[in-house]
Amino acid sequence: MADKALKGVKVLEFTGFVTGPYCTKLLADLGAGVIKIEQPGLGDPARNRGPFPEDHPHPERSGLFLYLNTNKSGITLDPGSRMGRRLFLELVRRADILVEDTPPGTMEEMGLGYDKLREENPGLIMTSITPFGQTGPYRDYRARGLNVAHGSGSGYLTPVSPPEGDLGPVKAGGFFDEYCNGLSAAAATLVAYYGRLMTGQGEHIDLSEQEASLAYDRVELGMFMSENFISRRVRPSSGATLSPCRDGEIILAATGNPRHWEALVAIMGDPDWTRDERYRDEEGRFKHAEELNAEIARWTIGFPKDELYHQLARAGIPVGVVRTQGDLMERDGQLRARGFFAEIEHPEAGRLRYPSASYLLSETPWRLDRPAPTLGQHNETVYGGLLGYTSEEMVRLRQLGVI
Amino acid sequence: MEKRKPLEGIRILDFTQVWAGPYCTMLFALYGAEVIKVESAKRPDNSRLFSVTLAIRYKSKDESPLFNTLNLNKLDITLDLSRPRAVELAKDIARHCDVAVENFRPGVMKRLGLDYASLREIKPDIVYLSSSSRGGTGPEWDYAGYAPIFAAMGGLSHITGNPDGIPSMITGRTDLLVGTSALLAIMAALVYRRKEGIGQYIDLSSSEAITALIGDTFMDYAMNGRNQGRQGNRDAVMVPHTCYRCRGEDKWISIAVAGDGEWQAFCEAIGNPAWTREDRFSDALLRKANETDLDRHVSEWTEKLTIEEVLQILQNAGVAAMPSQSSEDIFNDPHLRQRGAFREIDHPVMGKQTLIGPPWRLSGVPDGNIRHAPLFGEHNAYVFGELLGLPPAEIEELQRDGIIY
Repeated sequence: MADKALKGVKVLEFTGFVTGPYCTKLLADLGAGVIKIEQPGLGDPARNRGPFPEDHPHPERSGLFLYLNTNKSGITLDPGSRMGRRLFLELVRRADILVEDTPPGTMEEMGLGYDKLREENPGLIMTSITPFGQTGPYRDYRARGLNVAHGSGSGYLTPVSPPEGDLGPVKAGGFFDEYCNGLSAAAATLVAYYGRLMTGQGEHIDLSEQEASLAYDRVELGMFMSENFISRRVRPSSGATLSPCRDGEIILAATGNPRHWEALVAIMGDPDWTRDERYRDEEGRFKHAEELNAEIARWTIGFPKDELYHQLARAGIPVGVVRTQGDLMERDGQLRARGFFAEIEHPEAGRLRYPSASYLLSETPWRLDRPAPTLGQHNETVYGGLLGYTSEEMVRLRQLGVI
Repeated sequence: MEKRKPLEGIRILDFTQVWAGPYCTMLFALYGAEVIKVESAKRPDNSRLFSVTLAIRYKSKDESPLFNTLNLNKLDITLDLSRPRAVELAKDIARHCDVAVENFRPGVMKRLGLDYASLREIKPDIVYLSSSSRGGTGPEWDYAGYAPIFAAMGGLSHITGNPDGIPSMITGRTDLLVGTSALLAIMAALVYRRKEGIGQYIDLSSSEAITALIGDTFMDYAMNGRNQGRQGNRDAVMVPHTCYRCRGEDKWISIAVAGDGEWQAFCEAIGNPAWTREDRFSDALLRKANETDLDRHVSEWTEKLTIEEVLQILQNAGVAAMPSQSSEDIFNDPHLRQRGAFREIDHPVMGKQTLIGPPWRLSGVPDGNIRHAPLFGEHNAYVFGELLGLPPAEIEELQRDGIIY
């Protein structure tokens, strides 16, 4: 079987729910060996979140947990206890990377702060994920995904739709914002890890979710400083427009580039209104986007969305369709051809299809090697095999509630 | 001894334009890589010329804040790639590079003779990433797209917005997420190359990059055949969990409360008004069932107060709350300012520019001066003269002939 890109990279994960687990999932799926630490008895809160098959709750069948923890090993450990701390340090000594998401100061309180861990493992890359970072006036503020999304500026800009602007800001759907920050954490971690390959030096990454998130909006937000322009939810739909079709919506970005505009005009049958002086050039079309988009909508409404999508796309026009999960899993020929959904059997949840990754790597392909771990599934392999504890000692650790 | 930046020593040949690709290579440049961006007078990066968001044309190629914020720390050369000699020069540069990145329409690089197969011949261990709307294989391989299209095709627009509203377009950040996904894939390939000495080709689909970021919603479809709809700010279990209007113009605070303990803290913080003791709000399930009424009561409280007052009252009580910040709020955020999230940069044409700094803080990495985005063709002399070692007379001739152009 082909290698994976990050084979041999050893990651210790001490995080829960979405952001941290997504960070290490990205690394695990690329081949890193990830040992995920969960709280004895309870496990990652994502286990309780679902969705569950047929809506029957079960900690080993949560779709959120199953998706976010593929290709990982799972152990249970309470690093807050003396014995647990010792085991945690033993694991850190064997790791290249530690990803943790405890509130600022918590690791230090447990005697597991970066300075201590660096003594144990000078080359360690430690990635600490918190809502607002390790320093600054908000460091101890409480925040959940919703609060980070709004505190970083992305929520304020959504939804982009004139009639709804007054309903107030809305964050992106699902756990999108949490995933975005998990992606940042994984990228930052690999950047630091590469630096270590070159110099041998360890690193502590202070990953503020607020900063990581606002970086993705650096263009929209930056216009306030550079052009004194404040982006708002209610804004002219220039560049792209959501256009109604007979059975849903397409999204069209055809009015900017003259080549796209001319192609669209031709497909629409060269109607008279397109020769209006207002729509003569790119600036004019953007300035009069509202009227122009209304004209285009009067045309698109007569067609089924997929018919228009393929017709316009084949003419070189940037166009898309508003897709649902079902559309993508069952009816998207492109995703099917690229094998985007990968199937794997989980002992409790059964055989399911999972989204894979957006990148096809020619030499080290993405691969689902194993499903998410059941709670404590790899205690024996890790404590027994890796750390060399006897089965008697492991029984005692369990009795003490350490593992 | 001053530490190196982590990506020092990596050199990148950057054929990307607009937002997603340039952001990817800028991240490399911010963390120490040398990025050589290729443009030409025939086809300058469109963000030097035009802002789609503002619908304005910039005065000159070197006066675009948009280009500046997406191309910091890079070098810039100009080559008219429609000329065979220019392609040869690009290949000569590739020989000195570890990575090549492009986001032309699929097929263009092959036509130019600068695709992965061509560059691998002269630089066998190169890591080469192509970023496109739908990926470089499959029936839609040559379909074009921009940020809002990736969000719609990826499934994000459908689940974003209010339950009774239309799907929301998602614009700018989509591109930067694609760029960050590209960086992640390239970094993984570079780690592998460092250990095994083998390069590779990476085919990135921008719409798939968005789909991956809402991965769990597909599990519900896989398990139960259910499509998730739009839920505004709401959460499956937490109540309150949305934005509430405060005093002032378009001022909103987000509040997220989980479980009975936090609910008690919340009630105390807002002064235990009578409605909080009503039976229909007495446990988490009931609060969820009566969420709309509950939200109205919370709004009645927040509307009388400033956003700062609400924030202090709730955070002091340990309740998760944060304003929904506009770009103006972000740049005035005392926390972000104290952490040094913004940088002031001198630009030779535009003067002082304040912008958002590097997204991630690496403790041991020197902050370093961030250099303004390159002027158009600013580094022709360095790249063709020093890196390729061409004599000045030859460079002049290439410029006269419109090869370096």
